[in-house]
Amino acid sequence: MSRNNNVSQGIDWLVVWLYALLLAIGVLCIFMAEYKTGIDWLGSFLSGKTSYSKQVIFAGVCFIAASFILLADSKLFTAFANLLYAFGIVLMLATFVIGKNINGSKSWIPLGGGFNLQPAELCKIFTALALAKYLSRQETDFSKVKSQVIGGIIALAPAALSILQNETGLALVYFSFFIVMYREGLPPGLLIVGISFGVLVVATLVVEPNVLAIILTVIAVLTIYFLRKQIKKQKSILTIIVAVWFVCVGVQRFAVPYIFNNVFQCYQSTRIYSMVGKDYDCELNRHKGKRPDKPVKKPDDYNVRQSKIAIGSGGLLGKGFLKGTQTRGKYVPAQPTDFIFTSWGEAFGFIGCVSFLAVYLFLLFRIVKIAERQRSTFSRVYAYSVASILFFHITVNVCMTIGLFPIIGIPLPLISYGGSSLLTFTVLIFILIRLDADRQMVLR
Amino acid sequence: MSVFNQSRSRVIQIIFAAVFVVITAQLVHLQLFSPKYKMAAESNAIFRKVVYPDRGIIFDKKGKALLQNTISFDLVVTPIESKGTDTLALCNLLGIDTAEYRKRMRDIVFKNTAVRPSVFEPLLTPELYAKLYENMYKFPGFVLSERKARTYPYSIAANLLGYIAEVDTGFLRKHREEGYEMGDYAGMTGLERSYEKVLMGQRGVQRFIKDNRSRIQGAYENGMYDTAAIAGKNLYTSVDVELQQLGEKLMQNKVGSIVAIDPKTGGILCMVSAPTYDPNYLTGNQRRKHFAELLVDPRTPLNNRGLGTYYSPGSTFKTVVGIVGLTEGVITTHTSVSCAGFFPGCGNGKPKCLDKGTFTLRTAIAHSDNTYFATVYKRILDQNRYGTADSALRIFNKYAYSFGLGDRLGVDLPSEKKGNIPTSQFYQKRYGKFNSCTIISNAIGQGEVNTTLVQLANVMATIANKGWYYTPHLVDSIEGGDEYELLEQYKVKHHALETISDSVYEAVHDGMQGVMEFGTGAAAQVPGIVVCGKTGTVENYSHGIKQKDHAFFGAFAPRNNPRIAIAVMCENAGFGAQSAAPIASLMIEKYLRDSIAGDERKKKAEEISKTNLIPAQMKAEMARRDSLKQVKEMQQIQKKIEDNSELNNDEEPEQEPRPLKDSTKKKPVAHVAVLINDDKKRKTRHNIL
Repeated sequence: MSRNNNVSQGIDWLVVWLYALLLAIGVLCIFMAEYKTGIDWLGSFLSGKTSYSKQVIFAGVCFIAASFILLADSKLFTAFANLLYAFGIVLMLATFVIGKNINGSKSWIPLGGGFNLQPAELCKIFTALALAKYLSRQETDFSKVKSQVIGGIIALAPAALSILQNETGLALVYFSFFIVMYREGLPPGLLIVGISFGVLVVATLVVEPNVLAIILTVIAVLTIYFLRKQIKKQKSILTIIVAVWFVCVGVQRFAVPYIFNNVFQCYQSTRIYSMVGKDYDCELNRHKGKRPDKPVKKPDDYNVRQSKIAIGSGGLLGKGFLKGTQTRGKYVPAQPTDFIFTSWGEAFGFIGCVSFLAVYLFLLFRIVKIAERQRSTFSRVYAYSVASILFFHITVNVCMTIGLFPIIGIPLPLISYGGSSLLTFTVLIFILIRLDADRQMVLR
Repeated sequence: MSVFNQSRSRVIQIIFAAVFVVITAQLVHLQLFSPKYKMAAESNAIFRKVVYPDRGIIFDKKGKALLQNTISFDLVVTPIESKGTDTLALCNLLGIDTAEYRKRMRDIVFKNTAVRPSVFEPLLTPELYAKLYENMYKFPGFVLSERKARTYPYSIAANLLGYIAEVDTGFLRKHREEGYEMGDYAGMTGLERSYEKVLMGQRGVQRFIKDNRSRIQGAYENGMYDTAAIAGKNLYTSVDVELQQLGEKLMQNKVGSIVAIDPKTGGILCMVSAPTYDPNYLTGNQRRKHFAELLVDPRTPLNNRGLGTYYSPGSTFKTVVGIVGLTEGVITTHTSVSCAGFFPGCGNGKPKCLDKGTFTLRTAIAHSDNTYFATVYKRILDQNRYGTADSALRIFNKYAYSFGLGDRLGVDLPSEKKGNIPTSQFYQKRYGKFNSCTIISNAIGQGEVNTTLVQLANVMATIANKGWYYTPHLVDSIEGGDEYELLEQYKVKHHALETISDSVYEAVHDGMQGVMEFGTGAAAQVPGIVVCGKTGTVENYSHGIKQKDHAFFGAFAPRNNPRIAIAVMCENAGFGAQSAAPIASLMIEKYLRDSIAGDERKKKAEEISKTNLIPAQMKAEMARRDSLKQVKEMQQIQKKIEDNSELNNDEEPEQEPRPLKDSTKKKPVAHVAVLINDDKKRKTRHNIL
């Protein structure tokens, strides 16, 4: 990084150090996951063929990218925000034509030389910029429903494309923009409705359909009974209650089964069902034909079980650096990428995990603090976007390794092995640092 | 606008924190309060490997190893890594076809998965090992793995030493607490079994980390929790290799047993059970086949006749009757009884006696006079002071028990039989009321009296010692001390009834010496050694049909300083004097003089070893089995020939000159027929001549 006074001025070094710390932890975790006894780790590190040495190379690339971003003018980001968003959408559309199928999702664009680009990853940045741009427009009044809808469309358009690409995990990330929009004035009722909906979906999975229908009806009847005086005054409340009851039962009886059987892949449904401890009958799934009918030897929650074993066996203090038996035995599938948290959890135990999460939480709070000190709406919205995206990734990834969330292939920011994801988060964070450095400017 | 929603930043921060708290709570649950994950991780990743120690070695009294350890090799395969193996070459080396190869592979994968190593061919012969070793590069996925095995340099004492074999589920159930695992070897018979605890040593455990496909990744915690294997302890026995060798040689072609004891210590000098087998026969890859052969042999070579079978002791039991008679005062050494050909006391003319005349105790023992001992026995049982025959028998049995009869002696070998000293309850059950005449056969060791050979040898030792014995045993000492106190019982001196005075023993000794000098055993004298002996000829029945008599001989020598007590038994060999006594005589000479002196004696030994005294019944059974086997073999050969010719016909039907070859192939069958005919002709010619 250039030590030019002009550039370094106003930079939030705390965030930079946290970033570097997480990156280092990441390389360490990947090293632990890859390590084998009796191997000349230094030699293989220098040969550049192992994941951890590749991750270091990616970090180098990120360093260059970060430098360029810090050298750039903040106005550039506001100026190009919409253009970049459009470019991102075009790229995502392009995948349908020239996309490459990797691991069952046609969401990659081959760049040659063995490198592949996942536009949905990049689109996170572009969407954050575009949303910030839209909300910071002078003429946008976010208290109006119209603006809220447009904001929602900006956030969810890439998500819709992602679902079409069979990348449900990435699509979910875009829902994190609702946190940003909530901060900018989205009515809290929406949040409550959203949470209620979530509860309803989970209840649908857990409780017998008929029992749940009866429970819902009882709730509706009780509500009517308690509100009978208000209802006498205002008949419309009764209509609302009946409508809500109708929607709930509809969701529970038809919408959820429909989504599980027709929208999700068979394996996704199975994972979600296994989360609540139930078996999903793949015969019902529309996509069942696409999956070769090989006998399933291990239960589908094998990943989660192994992941929980690895973390759980860490105990209070962990087994120590490079001493994790589960990590060394490669029991956890996809450990360097999606399940990287397990190698940390096994080696350093509960204390290690809590300290690690504290670093993340500290970073998130720091970003929120940065957001609130911005003068321009653009910077603030962008900062909240970064915080929300990071928060969503961390939550989903960690929750899935400890068995609180179904397995969705999204990486742990800055830790998981993978150049694409590392670069995305680097760019996200360093744009924020650049914008924050220029917080005296009013950007629109 | 931003000011308007400022409070919501707090809400967002609270949401962040709340979610992290939830995550932490789950971490607390997983990492601090769920020990099951730790256990699951261990069973996932830790592989326990058992390290087998060397089994202890068994030495004879002069320090020669009766058995040793050797390394044999198994061909072990990890199926998943065996792709690219030169199957054909391997099959040729092993002498199997590819179908068999595939079948074995399938079985292995089914039983032990494709990723773990399994035994493909166990216990390779040295030649096969050498051939495979040179060619291993052709067989990826296959390795030659060591296995410890036993070897027997003298090829003797099979029944005494016993064998080791892989443990089965029944064994594991019985020895649950002793840490055996499937695939372990344990002593199944003989000393290997009695001293299993000592011989097996202590197994070590190594812990390794394995990966998700059960491949070993390295030591767990650098071997911190590993335990080392501790080799088994050696056993030092009282067996004399040369004596055992001679005994086995003399008992060739016979069915029977020899037990020789050092009367001073109770140490068993040799225990021959004939027919025996080469213990090396039960090691190596043909073990299963050989074992089956031994198991179905009508002569039951796996039975240790020294203590695993009991017999009526016959006239050898008269020594005991004599001792009881003298001690109880029913006779004196001067008492004389005359025999006119049978015992008149019971009025049925039984038992008969062979030599007519008048006998005192000395001559009665020497000539084995039945009438004399029947008289003594009847006098004992009819003694008025005892009241009934019941209590008289009880007194008599007290003597017998004190000589170690009627129950297991406690020899350090498994499956020792009790024998039988019939009690009054036994007879009451059988006859209701009984008197001395009902059971008069016991007087001459027939009837219901049963002893094992080791019991008989022990009686000889007790008589030799004039009233005491140590329990006969094989193991004198254990290397590094008797940790499990297995040898304690052999240090206890047992006494015959104290009421028997030395003069009683002297009188019996006189009689037994007479046996060798002018009595029934005169033909079995050992030149220059004063031997005391007693012959026995035992009537016996099989399925109600009278068989040829069992030949018995019991002896000790030298009389003044007894160093060996011996009992010899040949099943269905006729008079004890003819077969059993000469064997005992040679054994005594060998033991006391270290060698057999004189060409005549040596010749005699050779002659005895060649004499075939296999019981007729067993011979017949063996012949029947052999002929069945031959018929089967002939059928197989014929079938093979037919198959071959069929194959040839199928494969090359168009070839013209083939018929010639076919005819040659069929000829051997004709030859056999011709040979049989020739034999017949020859035989008839012999007859004519």
